[in-house]
Amino acid sequence: MSDMNQQMAERYRNNFLKEIEEQAEMGDWVKMCMQCGVCSGSCPTNFHAGWDHPPQELFMMIRAGKRDEVLESNSMWMCVSCYNCYVRCPRKVPITHIMHGIAEYAYRIGRAPKNQPTQFLSKTFWDNATKTGRVNEVKLTQSLYFKNGIMDGIKQAMAMQDVALGLVKAKRLNPMEALGGGHKCKDIKGIHAMLDKARELENKRKGRTA
Amino acid sequence: MAAEKKHAAYICKGCELGNRLDAASLVKIATKEGKMQLVREHDFLCSADGVAMIQNDIDNEGVTHIAICACSRRAKTEAFNFPTVAMSRGNLREGVIWIRPDTDEARETTQEMAEDYVRMACAEVKAMTVPSGNQNTGTSKTLLVVGGGMSGMTSALEASKTGYKVVLVEKTGALGGWAAKLWKRVPNREPFKAPMDNGVADLVAQIEADSNIKVYLNSTIAKTAGAPGRFKVDIAMESGPTVTEDIGAIIQATGFNLYDMNKLSHLGAGQANVVDQGGLEALAKAANGGIIKRADGKEVKSVVFVQCAGQRDASKTHLEYCSGHCCATSVKQAMYFKDANPDVDTMVIYTDLRMPGNNEDFYRSAQNKGVIFTKGVVSGVEASGDGCSVKFKDLILNDDTAASADLVVLATGMVPNSGVNIDAVAAAPAEAEPAEEGAEAAAPVAEVKPISILNLDYRQGPDMPQFKHGFNDSHFICFPYETRRTAIYAAGPLRRPMDIAQTQEDATGAAMKAIQAMENAGLGKAAHPRSGDLSFPTVRLEGCTQCKRCTVECPFGAIDEDEKRFPLFNESRCRRCGTCMGACPVRVISFENYSVNTVGAQLKAVDIPDEFSEKPRVLILACENDAYPALDMAGMNRNAYDPYVRVIPVRCLGSVNTIWITDALNSGYDGVMLMGCKHGEQYQCHFVKGSELGRYRMSKVYDTLKGMNLEEERLMDLEVAITDIDTLPQKINDYAAKIVEMGPSPFKGL
Ligand code: SF4
Ligand code: SF4
Ligand code: SF4
Repeated sequence: MSDMNQQMAERYRNNFLKEIEEQAEMGDWVKMCMQCGVCSGSCPTNFHAGWDHPPQELFMMIRAGKRDEVLESNSMWMCVSCYNCYVRCPRKVPITHIMHGIAEYAYRIGRAPKNQPTQFLSKTFWDNATKTGRVNEVKLTQSLYFKNGIMDGIKQAMAMQDVALGLVKAKRLNPMEALGGGHKCKDIKGIHAMLDKARELENKRKGRTA
Repeated sequence: MAAEKKHAAYICKGCELGNRLDAASLVKIATKEGKMQLVREHDFLCSADGVAMIQNDIDNEGVTHIAICACSRRAKTEAFNFPTVAMSRGNLREGVIWIRPDTDEARETTQEMAEDYVRMACAEVKAMTVPSGNQNTGTSKTLLVVGGGMSGMTSALEASKTGYKVVLVEKTGALGGWAAKLWKRVPNREPFKAPMDNGVADLVAQIEADSNIKVYLNSTIAKTAGAPGRFKVDIAMESGPTVTEDIGAIIQATGFNLYDMNKLSHLGAGQANVVDQGGLEALAKAANGGIIKRADGKEVKSVVFVQCAGQRDASKTHLEYCSGHCCATSVKQAMYFKDANPDVDTMVIYTDLRMPGNNEDFYRSAQNKGVIFTKGVVSGVEASGDGCSVKFKDLILNDDTAASADLVVLATGMVPNSGVNIDAVAAAPAEAEPAEEGAEAAAPVAEVKPISILNLDYRQGPDMPQFKHGFNDSHFICFPYETRRTAIYAAGPLRRPMDIAQTQEDATGAAMKAIQAMENAGLGKAAHPRSGDLSFPTVRLEGCTQCKRCTVECPFGAIDEDEKRFPLFNESRCRRCGTCMGACPVRVISFENYSVNTVGAQLKAVDIPDEFSEKPRVLILACENDAYPALDMAGMNRNAYDPYVRVIPVRCLGSVNTIWITDALNSGYDGVMLMGCKHGEQYQCHFVKGSELGRYRMSKVYDTLKGMNLEEERLMDLEVAITDIDTLPQKINDYAAKIVEMGPSPFKGL
């Protein structure tokens, strides 16, 4: 993975902005930011405490070529996709998409922060859903709860007990799914073929080799 | 000429005047005390019928002087327009019934107020004569434009299109000025995305094809004598004779120079790879749309623009102001590079990017083309390797960092070519001619080489007075084009920093004002702000002591000296402010309809009750441009004020002669209030210096008060703006209350 990082760093030399423009989804909008700060002012998440850098600062860092700080930043993982900034930006910069674009790129070249909770959730969800073509809620919950070890997992599970029971009653959660493979979609092969094709198309669009 | 005088007064009963006031008693006062030979009341004086009645008296009854006691002199001016007779206006509506409550208790004092205004109107008109208009006029309608750059060419063409002849004088061998040195200009039309042709060739072609415009190249102004409508201008040609042109009005459009980059060595000036914006234009012109190369021939692969270089300098070492155009200019220049080769690294380091109007689209277009904008402050530019290293503090990331570049462009500011700073010269008369090279380096920031541009043959100096930072700007909100030299206008970056689009708009406005000034001068009328006024100052030379106060104080340089050292008035240069009249210690200067007597007679006409009546009297001398309209508007809003004040409008605080104050206090007024415009740097005075000079003069009156054993507070100087409609009545009331507290003037009843 990290040779991918090495490769990219080599390829773009001193031009991190260009790297982001070409490699990250919607990255070509970064240059259009005029540093007004409306995005940061609109963001409902408490980024002062949680974020390494507010969105417009991240964009400025990209222009200033701060490759390592940007790729290892937790900022883009903190975005909750509320689209507040997106609708307010006077420059119509698709900030939310850029956030995810940078996050995806950092992950792709192995630079994303390890054990970042959002990232863990995304990865777990993706693997869970694509395996059988359907989300296995019980397994998903398990892997999230027990992420930090058995004791922590039990504690969390106990705390959420009432919610879980309610879901079971409403037939939204089937405890039996914990056993075996759980339910699947009818044509798993088809789903996998579809996903492969999608990946292929995306790679083609971005001019990458798979 | 000296036909029989016949005075008439007209009392209006319209607009509730008839209900609120006892008109019969006003008629009696006008007749008995005002000594009017003819007095009439009318139910609706400004109606066609009322106006016809007055006109009939003028035509058939031989009336020569009329006192109209109705509304404010600012109202119904179209109805009450009788140019053949002398006219005064008693302000019974805005000045009396509208500022007094309609109650039984108030009735008596309201009536007394109205009676005084009738007395004053009668007294004033008797001291007036009909203004006959300045006879000493010239009728040249040719416009002189000095400077053949964007502003000069635009003014010339606009005036020509309106049908006026133009003489255009340019000191270099070609028209175009700074604009001609630009590879391209910032766009002024949709879609505002790319630099566009500088437009000079087109304007030059239009001028060459225009038979109304006579162009003198390689020429300067050797001498400007005379006055609006009859200037005689000597034009010195580099090779050839000096010719004299008859000129009606002048536009000075001498533009600007870039701030001397060599004063910015900390930003790398002097290094081979550091240029100013002018330098970059030259490189771009040489590249002719291709790859831009440095002086040493190397292709530029990376360029950094340093904004506000030597501008907005709080330390005052360099320019204190923002030149306005330089952000857009740098954006444009960065595009030169990107358009020729998108791979050139272009970075603009700015603290505040100022892109007014549609320039915002231009900015966005530059971002789209990949120009990098970095908010930061540059601390130094050093030579490094084959190029430069620009050290700066990134203000967003709070980082001290550096960028390397093949070429650095400094966005230096505009310094106006405004000629000699005549105020500085006047302040330091003993100083010898500045030595050529050496003295210049030590000169204060915005000062330009002391070479006169207009060479005015005026007593007050060879060029226009300057305002801030050497610019010839006037009051930019109220009267942007006016300078302190009548019919001489400043246009373009000479007036204040501006870009090409603003310059062209400015030059068009100046052409319009110049045409107006020529036309007015030809008719013997005043220019702004008493536009159309036919009165002008005359001096009784027998009484003149040659003290020179008038010649020194005239804010418009209208007064020269004759061979015998008497003041020589140039009526066409005069703006009718009356400052000379206020200044004259022996009171020999007057206007036909405004004089020491017209005001003196009014203030003496007021009935002064004795000290036991408990009815004090306060005289208000109010500037007609701001304070008097503010009082009128207070009336329109029915903002009541004290009934013991009597208001006399004056042309300007500068026209207030101290004799009026001492006369008023001597005749028993308990207080005198002066209302004039703000003076100083943020002045509001329509005559620019009038209120300042007036106030200075008044400050001397306090000594006189002491001599009369009167309290200082008996004279009050109030700064009034036209917007003080709601606060002014309160200030009047406060002052009146203070006067009551102080007790009656000891001069009462003497
Ligand atoms: S709101 Fe848009 S333009 Fe403003 S700082 Fe954020 S991204 Fe930049
Ligand atoms: S979309 Fe993301 S970055 Fe934008 S306001 Fe919402 S949480 Fe903040
Ligand atoms: S001081 Fe005013 S009124 Fe007197 S000459 Fe000058 S401009 Fe005219």
